[in-house]
Amino acid sequence: MSPRLRFAFWLAILSLLLGSLLALAGGLLWADLNSQERAAVLALMAGRGALLVVLSGLLLLPFGVLLRLWLAAYPEVVIRLSEEIGIIHRVNPAHRVALTGSRDMRRLGAALNAFAEAHCALQREVAVRVEEANARLEQEKNRLAALMSELEQSVLVCNREGRILLYNSSASLLLEPDAAGPAGAPVGLGRSIFGILDQRLIVHALERVRQHLQQDNPSPVAHFVTARGAHLLRAQMAPVLDQHGELIGFVLILDDITRSVELNSRRDALLQQLTEGTRAALGNIRAAAETVQQYPEMDAERRQRFGKVISDEAQRLSLHLDQTLSQHADLLRPQWPLEDMLATDLLLALQRNFAATLGVVARYQGGDEALWLSLDSYSLVQALTQLMGAMAATLGIREVTFELAVEGRFVRLALRWSGAALDPQQLHEWEQRPCSPVAEEDAAASTLKEVLERHGGELWCQADALAGDNRLYLQLPVSQAEAQAPLPARVQGRPVYYDFDLFSQAGQTPELDELPLRELAYTVFDTETTGLAPSEGDEIISIGAVRIVNGRLLMQECFEQLIDPHRPIPRESQQVHGLSAQMLAGQPSIGEVLPLFQRFAEDTVLVAHNAAFDMRFLQLKEAQTGIRFIQPVLDTLLLSALVHPGHAADEHRLEQIAARLGVHVVGRHTALGDAMVTGEVFLKLIPLLAERGIHTLKQAREASRKTLYAKLEY
Amino acid sequence: MSKTVLIADDEPNIVISLEFLLEQAGYRVLVAHDGQEALEAIARQPPDLVLLDVMLPRLSGFDVCQKIRENPDWQHMRIVMLTAKGREVEISKGLALGANAYITKPFSTQELLAQIGAQLAVE
Repeated sequence: MSPRLRFAFWLAILSLLLGSLLALAGGLLWADLNSQERAAVLALMAGRGALLVVLSGLLLLPFGVLLRLWLAAYPEVVIRLSEEIGIIHRVNPAHRVALTGSRDMRRLGAALNAFAEAHCALQREVAVRVEEANARLEQEKNRLAALMSELEQSVLVCNREGRILLYNSSASLLLEPDAAGPAGAPVGLGRSIFGILDQRLIVHALERVRQHLQQDNPSPVAHFVTARGAHLLRAQMAPVLDQHGELIGFVLILDDITRSVELNSRRDALLQQLTEGTRAALGNIRAAAETVQQYPEMDAERRQRFGKVISDEAQRLSLHLDQTLSQHADLLRPQWPLEDMLATDLLLALQRNFAATLGVVARYQGGDEALWLSLDSYSLVQALTQLMGAMAATLGIREVTFELAVEGRFVRLALRWSGAALDPQQLHEWEQRPCSPVAEEDAAASTLKEVLERHGGELWCQADALAGDNRLYLQLPVSQAEAQAPLPARVQGRPVYYDFDLFSQAGQTPELDELPLRELAYTVFDTETTGLAPSEGDEIISIGAVRIVNGRLLMQECFEQLIDPHRPIPRESQQVHGLSAQMLAGQPSIGEVLPLFQRFAEDTVLVAHNAAFDMRFLQLKEAQTGIRFIQPVLDTLLLSALVHPGHAADEHRLEQIAARLGVHVVGRHTALGDAMVTGEVFLKLIPLLAERGIHTLKQAREASRKTLYAKLEY
Repeated sequence: MSKTVLIADDEPNIVISLEFLLEQAGYRVLVAHDGQEALEAIARQPPDLVLLDVMLPRLSGFDVCQKIRENPDWQHMRIVMLTAKGREVEISKGLALGANAYITKPFSTQELLAQIGAQLAVE
């Protein structure tokens, strides 16, 4: 009952009581009077009816005021107090009751606050203990997560139903939805792997794993290859077993074999071009040559024709060889494991090594051009340092200057010094020497020549007699890597990529309604709009969303997208969200964004603060985009009113609820920031709802509906 | 009477040598430049032996070989296939389709002549 209603109720009862008491007293007095006195009284009252009514009204006034004061001092304070105690008890132990009402009630409030303080201290101590125990457990988990996140392979762990329990960053990169075209779902905890990879393949592989297990195969692993967009993935599936040996899930290890398959097929094509492509021409030459040889008495004209055949075919063959080699030059280089390195980084390494091991000073002035090389930097630096050592010892060089230049597809690195020139013959000799830093007699050590061959590099020296300069040139091919896009920056902090509690989760049932609120997956979202009236053409300009799985807000799995509304943005709305038309120009339109958001929100319950507002915007787009959001929706505004009915309407704004429930507010009025705050508020509301007997989705929705009706009636 | 050999090859640079060699060896030589032309030449005047390149325009050597063997009148015609593809699977396909011999480019002219002679002597 609202405070005003309660006051009216009590006032009515009081006036009734007062009225009946007066009437009783009047009646008794009337009965005691004789007829004369009665006439006198009637005469007294005649014509003074209005005055009497006013008098009785005045009599009621002090009672009303007293009642109001009493209500404010006691029952209302008590109700508020009990709600606030509820908050302290269940949600935010740091919350303190407001000291209002009568002096006694204020004393009671102070006593309660003192009790809460003591309770808080006790809780903190317990929390510290629990945390200590958890920290050890967490460390174990983090070790696993660290291991996973550093792995180059993409790893996914799923439960029996195909829900993802763990994935690493490599997997989320490899399986980005863009790679598979618009049909792909993003990788996320609790999401189904079947939305990402072909279900039939996985079920088939799982079946084979089961067979292996039944046959007690020591390595119950299945493999399959699947195409995903332009990528070819090789997957390895291994079972996850519980302590009884029952299959409870599986591990998928994925490798992108697109490049290696492409390389292999190109290598095949090259081989074929070099063998079969030359057969016909060789055949023609051979037949013509043998014919001429066999018939020396052939007439001159005929002989000339055969000669022309031979030279034509030989030319064709040369051209073919040239073309083939230039097309496949990268394939013909030895496949030694090389890594991409900036040329300047190579110089830096040489500079350091020369100074540290030889005491030779190497200078380099400049050029910040990003030249990428494919290098086995260790062996190259070792080999060149050894060469430098030999040169320093023989020619007495103490100081060299590096020069870097690009020559076509090559980087030419020059080592310049002044003084005695280097004999090319001497250089050839040094090239043949094994360069092992460990032992000279190490027979397995590569020579400088071998190291250069691995890199497809060349080495020579030149002397400029006029300038008195000598140069040693090292030429290396430029790596293809420069065309590659830089790797996306690593996400800060250790992301939550795992949730093993999902192992025990029951299979996905359509009976979402009967599931406890704690176990559902949610998409908490918020929108920013050009205004408040979608029916009058206001548009969504930003959607932010974050997922809740197993009672955890997954900060790493969020959705954030600005949208070009193709209409001006009113100043007043710009002051709220700070988004200007310029910032939104070129962003995708709502028609492109809604399908992405729909996939993000797939299989989850939608949550928003004042969801009716956001849903209305989404629903108005249904006809235009054909995208319907048919999943259940929960509203934190209604749920908050449900658990704290004693608070007035303006105390259910997101900031107020967040403050009350101890949720730290950051990035308010960005769609994603608001979605995160809403998500945390929602998590805090779940236990409060449980206190009121609201456990399942169905109960929450029905209770919300009732508060909604209550509000409307109000 | 001298035997007739049909050369079915689209490359003039090999035809010139083959034609000259076979003529010198005393054969009567016909030339066709694609598969269709080869079949027409055979229909006009069935040769004793066809020197059949696999990679022919219009109708491939394999197809020509198959068509020859489908005709009961041409069962005794000798077929020697010439190819720039040395894969075993192709050799085996050619023989299965009814070729009598299979020669991979580049070949020795002596061996080719010997093979042709041997094939024609079988009859």
